[in-house]
Amino acid sequence: MTLPSPNSQKANPRENAWAPPTARMKVGEMPAGPRNINVEGRQPLSPLQGFGQMWQKTFKVRLSGVDKTPAEVMQAWKDNFPKFQPPENRFYPTMSGIKPGEVLLIEAKVPPLPGLPSMLPVSTGVMVLYADDTTFTVMTPEGHPEAGWNTFSVYEEDEVLVAQCQSLCRPNDPLYDFFNRFLGASSQQDKIWIHVLVSLADHFGVKGQAATTKVLVDPKVQWSQAKNIWQNAAIRTIFYLLGAPIRWAQNLGRK
Amino acid sequence: MIKANVSMNVRKATPDTCIVDIVGEINAFAENALMDAYTQASSAGARNILLNFNGLEYMNSSGIGLLVTLLIRVNRQKQRLSAFGLSEHYQQIFELTRLNEAIGIYPDEAAALASLG
Repeated sequence: MTLPSPNSQKANPRENAWAPPTARMKVGEMPAGPRNINVEGRQPLSPLQGFGQMWQKTFKVRLSGVDKTPAEVMQAWKDNFPKFQPPENRFYPTMSGIKPGEVLLIEAKVPPLPGLPSMLPVSTGVMVLYADDTTFTVMTPEGHPEAGWNTFSVYEEDEVLVAQCQSLCRPNDPLYDFFNRFLGASSQQDKIWIHVLVSLADHFGVKGQAATTKVLVDPKVQWSQAKNIWQNAAIRTIFYLLGAPIRWAQNLGRK
Repeated sequence: MIKANVSMNVRKATPDTCIVDIVGEINAFAENALMDAYTQASSAGARNILLNFNGLEYMNSSGIGLLVTLLIRVNRQKQRLSAFGLSEHYQQIFELTRLNEAIGIYPDEAAALASLG
């Protein structure tokens, strides 16, 4: 078999769908609202850098009867991504929107224990790793509850449009892993993606029901990554909020 | 629906090394082809799997996800996964996604084979 050499490979215009090379996340021009902590300057993560077991979770909703192209549905998804989130999980795209390399800040609230209301704040974000007409993928920063990627896509299956969220992630540190295993954080995250898909279906007038598939890709815990807890966004958000009176007093002293 | 637009040929380079020649696109629909190639290489007794990306036309983010799941399978079998022939663009993608920290990357087949000692 004759193969072209790498040097002969032509630049493919679709390669612009990838984020430009970056070692640290940089937050662009943001709308008012998010705290913008725990993201700027953090390294983006793959599922290989997390602590806990690696899961691939796939959530799908069939958009029966929707007479659109996958690209049209994806455009609506990108345009309304923050709106489709549940109230306790607020996304703030930059002014540039969902484009490769852009950061979306997140102000989330999580329940401290199963069954309790979402009240613990977590300020974090994600970077758009890849975005084309029918797919986009976000990757998480250091300190985020999960290390890895979430891919959102729209495609046709048996002549019906399907919208899909697929995550390939590990809990980022031992604390998040504990919350996932014993305090229901994992199922809380599942509910978020199901909510997003049902909201998308609702946007197109479809009463959608999300199907879920979970695959344990790597049952091993990576103890070498236990140190990730140092950058835990939940802990740092709480300290940030506790420090608000001190920052207020410091600002007052400067005036 | 988008179908797999990729072919993978498995060849034995040394008694314990197999090379997977990838020609086409790696996306979500390439999963069966990639995992079948891996199974074929493992069945041939390979301890080292080399992915040849010289014929890669395009890879999207789902394709990168497939490489992660392949890497985990390889590691669990105590095998080793390496790659060569990546264009500059995809070398940057490997760095951005930090796959280069777990998959050895070499410029060509000779260098990849030499790294195995």
